[in-house]
Amino acid sequence: MNVMSNRMINILVPAISIILGLIVGAIVMLISGYNPVVGYTALWNGIFGDTYAIGETIRQISPYILAGLAVAFAFRTGLFNIGVEGQLIVGWFAAAYVGMAFDLPKIIHLPFALIAAAAAGALWGLVPGILKATLKVHEVIVTIMMNYIALHVVNALIKTLSGGGFKLERIKESASLRSEFLSNLTDYSTLHYGIFVALAMVVVMWFILEKTKTGFELKSVGFNENAAKYAGMSSNKNIVLAMVISGAFAGLGGAMEALGTFGNMSSMGGFTGIGFDGIAVALLGANMPLGVIFGATLFGSLKYGANNMPNEAGIPVEIVSIIIALVIFFVACGYIIRVGLIKLNNKKKEAK
Amino acid sequence: MLDVLYFIIPITIASAAPLIFTAIGGVFSERSGVINIGLEGLMIMGAFIGIIFNLFFAETFGAWTPWLSLLVAMLVSALFATLHAIASISFRADQVVSGVAINMLGLAIALFSVKMIFGKGQTDFIQQKIPRFNVPYLEDIPIIGPMFFKLVYGSSIIAIAVAFIAWFVIYKTPFGLRLRSVGEHPMAADTMGIKVTRIRYIAVIISGGLAGIGGAVYSQTITNDFGHATINGQGFMALAAMIFGKWHPLGAMGAALFFGFAQALAISSSSISFLADIPAVYFHIFPYVLTILALAGFLGKANAPKALGKPYVKGNR
Repeated sequence: MNVMSNRMINILVPAISIILGLIVGAIVMLISGYNPVVGYTALWNGIFGDTYAIGETIRQISPYILAGLAVAFAFRTGLFNIGVEGQLIVGWFAAAYVGMAFDLPKIIHLPFALIAAAAAGALWGLVPGILKATLKVHEVIVTIMMNYIALHVVNALIKTLSGGGFKLERIKESASLRSEFLSNLTDYSTLHYGIFVALAMVVVMWFILEKTKTGFELKSVGFNENAAKYAGMSSNKNIVLAMVISGAFAGLGGAMEALGTFGNMSSMGGFTGIGFDGIAVALLGANMPLGVIFGATLFGSLKYGANNMPNEAGIPVEIVSIIIALVIFFVACGYIIRVGLIKLNNKKKEAK
Repeated sequence: MLDVLYFIIPITIASAAPLIFTAIGGVFSERSGVINIGLEGLMIMGAFIGIIFNLFFAETFGAWTPWLSLLVAMLVSALFATLHAIASISFRADQVVSGVAINMLGLAIALFSVKMIFGKGQTDFIQQKIPRFNVPYLEDIPIIGPMFFKLVYGSSIIAIAVAFIAWFVIYKTPFGLRLRSVGEHPMAADTMGIKVTRIRYIAVIISGGLAGIGGAVYSQTITNDFGHATINGQGFMALAAMIFGKWHPLGAMGAALFFGFAQALAISSSSISFLADIPAVYFHIFPYVLTILALAGFLGKANAPKALGKPYVKGNR
């Protein structure tokens, strides 16, 4: 049985893209005069080298899962949310602000901070959602513009709140996702409970899409807006809803950084990049909840593991950004990979 | 008041020039039906190449260096844009995704190379900057002369010229007619014997070249070195200028000048008495808010090319 099914091809396209990305990455290292074997060994050790590295890698995966979910959820409704970056930034800010400004018992404070982050992200997603639904404005451009508005507004807010400084106060212990248990388990890494929040959201996305009427409507609008309308669904309502939920996921991604990894927020010179990497995560995971876990694990690991490359192999960390960009590029060119696979498949059939 | 204008307008023109080049590049690509979110990455590549060439060849070429840097940056970015063209035209990739990949790739390659060559996050400063000129005769006009025509960067003059040339090419030549028709209705264009794929390739490559010049102008007039935050959103602002200018070269130039004005205000508002009380953040977000309003149709109807974002497959309806 050498005949590939459609399903097989769907799995092969991302797999081939990853391999191509790693090969081109190796070629780049060779051309630049580095040894790719040493480079990839350093990358591997950076990810799995010891328990500390594993802890940090898992910590890095949490916001990637949420950013990936945000992009994937919008994609399923036929929307391209490039604004995850901005939604994540406002979520980060909201969580950090609630975390530092209130004094509440943990059982209220932590959920409050998380909900604030989700709400801020949702609000940032609401604007492009409403513009798309009511005025047919393309969401791609609006979300890009919203990213920059988020960056400048949050920086200005940090400056005001900190009295002209560049950093918010640390969050209170009662809002922290930090976990002594997880930290001790992984040789005092900064691993925090955020990974469980992220995984819970994967279940939430799966549940909404597969088990609720709303999810069915969202997917229908994504498949064919006109058919959905004809069946009596309101595409406008669903577009707004999809952007709001997508933004909420992204906002929670920001909360991971605010309440877990950093415990505060500093004013930013540029974007975090997590939101844009979320596009890669979602694409690689075929916009499926489980696929997002896979994509986030891969890119989160690469991103954290890269930090070991300058020390161990003398290779700049940006090599991993090159590889991630290449993987996106190859996944985007999936059509041609698909055509190649089908041709190969037909040849095998003929040979029989 | 006049003092303020003497101060602000030169900064406006200097900040607008890179946006004009890049936005006009965007006009070419999108008028042919190919979305180019990758302008940012193409600009980063141009800024990086411009600085590198300038640093390494300043002694060989002397005062000519910055101009040659622009040329080399143009060529490299045009080549880089070919990747976007192959993906989105021949391989039918999602043009937005491909553009995102170009942005990430441009920044990653540039930073990787900078760290490899310099062993740190940014390059050294260049010595040969783009020179400033006084425009003969025009500089003698009272009031506006010194405001607009004294000590103008050579690149700014070229930028304005490029906008008018682009207008002529797009609206007055057979190539321009083909370009626009391919972006509006590729099937009809194909029926008339226009090579859709070839025109789109040319358009995307032109957009790469212009964005490359835009980046190199930015790095050789404003920052004078290259680091991770050198371009930081200029490409997206150029994209905004293109939309605000309604996909028209002269409109894009006007929008770029307007956004340049906003940037100039953001930089200098604290030193202008009647603006000092307005927080700079309003000037920073101004161009982006304005673009959203323009798209929403609050500022007159803007129609994107009809076939924008759709790969053309021969024989498909």
